[in-house]
Amino acid sequence: MSKIEVKDLYLIFGSKHKQALQLVKKGVSKDKVLEKTKCTVAVKDANFSIEQGEIFVVMGLSGSGKSSLIRCFNRLNEPTSGSILLDGKDVVKMNDEQLRQLRRTEMSMVFQHFGLLPHRSVLANTAFGLEIQGVSEAESYEKAREMIKTVGLEGYEDMMTGELSGGMQQRVGLARALTTNPEILLMDEAFSALDPLIRTNMQDELIELQRKLKKTIVFITHDLDEALKLGDRIAILKDGMIVQIGTPEEILVKPADDYVRAFVENVDRSKIVTAFSLMFKNTGKLILEKDGPSLALRRMREMGVNRLPVVDRENVFLGFVRDSEVVELKKKDDRDLSKILISDVMPKVSPDTPAADLLPLFIDKQLPLPVVDDEGKLLGVAVHSSVIAEVTGRDREEIIEIKNSGGL
Amino acid sequence: MKKLDLGTYIEDAIDFITDHAGPALDGVALVIEGIVDGLQNALLSSPQWLVMLVMAIIAYYVQSGGLKAAMSKKGFKKAIGLAVFTVIGLFLLSWMDYWEETMQTLALVLASAFLALVIGIPVGIWAARNSKADQVIRPVLDFMQTMPAFVYLIPAILFFSVGNVPGVVATVVFSLPPAVRLTSLGIRGVPEEVVEAAQSFGSTKRQLLFKVQIPLAMPTILAGVNQVIMLALSMVVIASMVGAAGLGERVYSGILQAKVGLGFEAGLGIVILAIILDRVTQALGGLGRK
Repeated sequence: MSKIEVKDLYLIFGSKHKQALQLVKKGVSKDKVLEKTKCTVAVKDANFSIEQGEIFVVMGLSGSGKSSLIRCFNRLNEPTSGSILLDGKDVVKMNDEQLRQLRRTEMSMVFQHFGLLPHRSVLANTAFGLEIQGVSEAESYEKAREMIKTVGLEGYEDMMTGELSGGMQQRVGLARALTTNPEILLMDEAFSALDPLIRTNMQDELIELQRKLKKTIVFITHDLDEALKLGDRIAILKDGMIVQIGTPEEILVKPADDYVRAFVENVDRSKIVTAFSLMFKNTGKLILEKDGPSLALRRMREMGVNRLPVVDRENVFLGFVRDSEVVELKKKDDRDLSKILISDVMPKVSPDTPAADLLPLFIDKQLPLPVVDDEGKLLGVAVHSSVIAEVTGRDREEIIEIKNSGGL
Repeated sequence: MKKLDLGTYIEDAIDFITDHAGPALDGVALVIEGIVDGLQNALLSSPQWLVMLVMAIIAYYVQSGGLKAAMSKKGFKKAIGLAVFTVIGLFLLSWMDYWEETMQTLALVLASAFLALVIGIPVGIWAARNSKADQVIRPVLDFMQTMPAFVYLIPAILFFSVGNVPGVVATVVFSLPPAVRLTSLGIRGVPEEVVEAAQSFGSTKRQLLFKVQIPLAMPTILAGVNQVIMLALSMVVIASMVGAAGLGERVYSGILQAKVGLGFEAGLGIVILAIILDRVTQALGGLGRK
């Protein structure tokens, strides 16, 4: 079961939200609803689920309803209709006491402008969540100290938050959110107010922290690069509607519509597109113990290539054979492909290697790169021209043409 | 068309209240009298030098910004002036033989301001958290502030006859609005995100109020306290027309007897008191802040 399941969620602001909901469900547009009822449709028919332990990024431009959406999870915004199931319990139906317990123990939030208490020290801010629960000062301060250490603010415990830089303040925000040991972390544009360098640092540290803590994180951002970096999965929001949900790669490679495509176009794809999405899966391969030179030649002709990968019976990659050598072997009437196997200089790559990192690995332009999994099993091969095409943004046909004319 | 005789209706209403709410009014009078008399007795029965010393210490402590600062050189430089002024000013009044009147006025101001704050701050909190209440309270405050201050004296006499009690009641009514307004303003001015953050950790309304909203609104609330005290001081003088004791009484008799000297002496006393009270309450905001 998913950790969080959002079903048919609508959020409409305004006093006539019930009437507006009827209209929206009938398919009346957002602008028309605003005109008729003076209600703003912030989230429209959201359906998705979030898995335990993943970083789920909700991305959209400002005004797309992403902050409104995340505030439905802990009901800082009251959803107009629909349900949010957390471990099967509907958050929307909770009474005040249940909601308070949920906020205290299961879900914490990190805010864009930190939301810290300026009259309190770093330590007292961090301990706030536990203090609210009625935990004794000694205990809550002890836990807070631990968490301050975790986010790298040791030594700053007694400073007032106003004396800290933005990045450090957000560390306090993060520490405060983690001190209650929640299962779910809601991060609302948590790094957007920080300058780019600090931001990159914080992203790296969040990823590092997540590796240790394994929380379920819902992260809101308007920055695609941030989304791609942090997200295990990304939901793209437009005008309160989710237009696409997928892994960073799916979003990049197969944008659902022009809106997403427009987003994706400005991204440095070479850092995001990986060997997995570049490789050819149906390469045709030879099994060392079984297949001989005749079959190899026939398959090369079928595929229109001059080399083929060779694997063992377990599909573990062994090396390549080239057509010229196979022909030689056949002339000698030898069936053993291992004699002509090129296996020594071959770098193997894992499927999540970024395209940019693949490029230097093409020592011998004649041979493609084998893409293998952790156990060395062959997944596919990445060829030179498509990697260059990906990195340079040129068409693959174009690259081959340049190559053939000796230009590259 | 017959003339609209609003005045008669108001008189009827006041008669109705005096007739039917007599015991309640007596109770209110008793409480106010108790507070004022207690304060006056405390101030007048103590030796003058002690009162001066205590007031100078309070002024020094508050102005320097807390215990730690009071001990430091910086705090000393900042606060010693006010402490010296307090002693000299009070000594001057004592020398002119206005000690009793000054203490009576001080007692009236403190009692009125105390009551105004006790009523005003909770109402301000209410107005900040409930916009319907705010919609009702706002015009009432406007009314209270624009109505000429003398007008309050008339019903105050009818309800509480003459003396300190109607004086305090009129003063409370007159000085109440800034307490409500500035408290409400302060609480509404707490950044939305900080409030949301507190809510997101599961604060109850009470925790939100006492741990977040009031501490963050404190500078504004204290500005309200300052305003209340200054308004109370100005009203206490006017309240002498209904028989409230103190410096105002002297100013009033100066006016009636056309004695410039008498009016000026008493007026100077009010100015000295005003400066001390203003500086001390203004500095309150700096207390407890780093």
